[in-house]
Amino acid sequence: MKSAVVQLPGLNRDRDMIAALTLISGEAPITIWQTETSIPDDVDLIVIPGGFSYGDYLRCGAIAARMPVMQAIKDKADKGVKVLGVCNGFQILVEAGMLPGALMRNTTLRFVCKEVKLEVVNADTHFTRAYDKGQIIRCPVAHHDGNYFVDDATLAGMEDRGEIVFRYAEGTNPNGSLGDIAGVINSQGNVLGMMPHPENLIEAAHGGKDGRGIFASALDVIAA
Amino acid sequence: MIKARVTVTLKNGVLDPQGKAIEGALGSLGFEGVHQVRQGKVFDLDVDGTDRTKAEAELKAMCEKLLANTVIENYTIAID
Repeated sequence: MKSAVVQLPGLNRDRDMIAALTLISGEAPITIWQTETSIPDDVDLIVIPGGFSYGDYLRCGAIAARMPVMQAIKDKADKGVKVLGVCNGFQILVEAGMLPGALMRNTTLRFVCKEVKLEVVNADTHFTRAYDKGQIIRCPVAHHDGNYFVDDATLAGMEDRGEIVFRYAEGTNPNGSLGDIAGVINSQGNVLGMMPHPENLIEAAHGGKDGRGIFASALDVIAA
Repeated sequence: MIKARVTVTLKNGVLDPQGKAIEGALGSLGFEGVHQVRQGKVFDLDVDGTDRTKAEAELKAMCEKLLANTVIENYTIAID
């Protein structure tokens, strides 16, 4: 299972993501720069990490979503390659139209950097197989624009199809997102976007390993 | 040269926490009777050419592709 991490000006969680993927898969991911127009065929998982691509100008993720590398990622996603977007990566995926909805300013208007609880709403995805449905996990968040919004008709379809993968649990919604939504997956089941940072809770030094299951699932290295 | 102004506003029903905060601040400054504030964006563009119809079509494409996020925003185009 070969993974790749996308690098764009202003993304700053790429190193955390590279460390997480290396630790869990035992193999360092390749890195993909924004101007690249093709992605190697042996890549099975593309990760867009967090940060502040292009300084969050215009809207978070808006400029990054229109860079050449995004067309290459879309082409790969259409062929079934797994794509994971975390935080700014999630914002980029919605701006690119690869996931429904939009991520707006937190209702508190404040940047939040803390730990929240997540409910695994759908444990039957490429990214959540290591968890149980309904399991509550800990996960850090760090964002200013994580307030997920989608129109009612689209939301109803997403809920029917199990595309809401994570919800903030136990009153820990840090941003006012609709229905406590923290992470969503596309209809094909291979593109997941989430605001929380699972890469920052994967080893004892982080104070817990709750985030590990997302990478273990996506990288196909679930321990027996 | 054609001068154009694109105004991007939030759709009805989309929560605008920044607008709400501004509304509250206006109230605390003593401005009474402000029932709603919605914050938006304005883009002033200088576009080559003199064909207004063509420019308008191009500006519309710019709005759809980048300037507005049509999931949550509406836009209007005004050409001088």
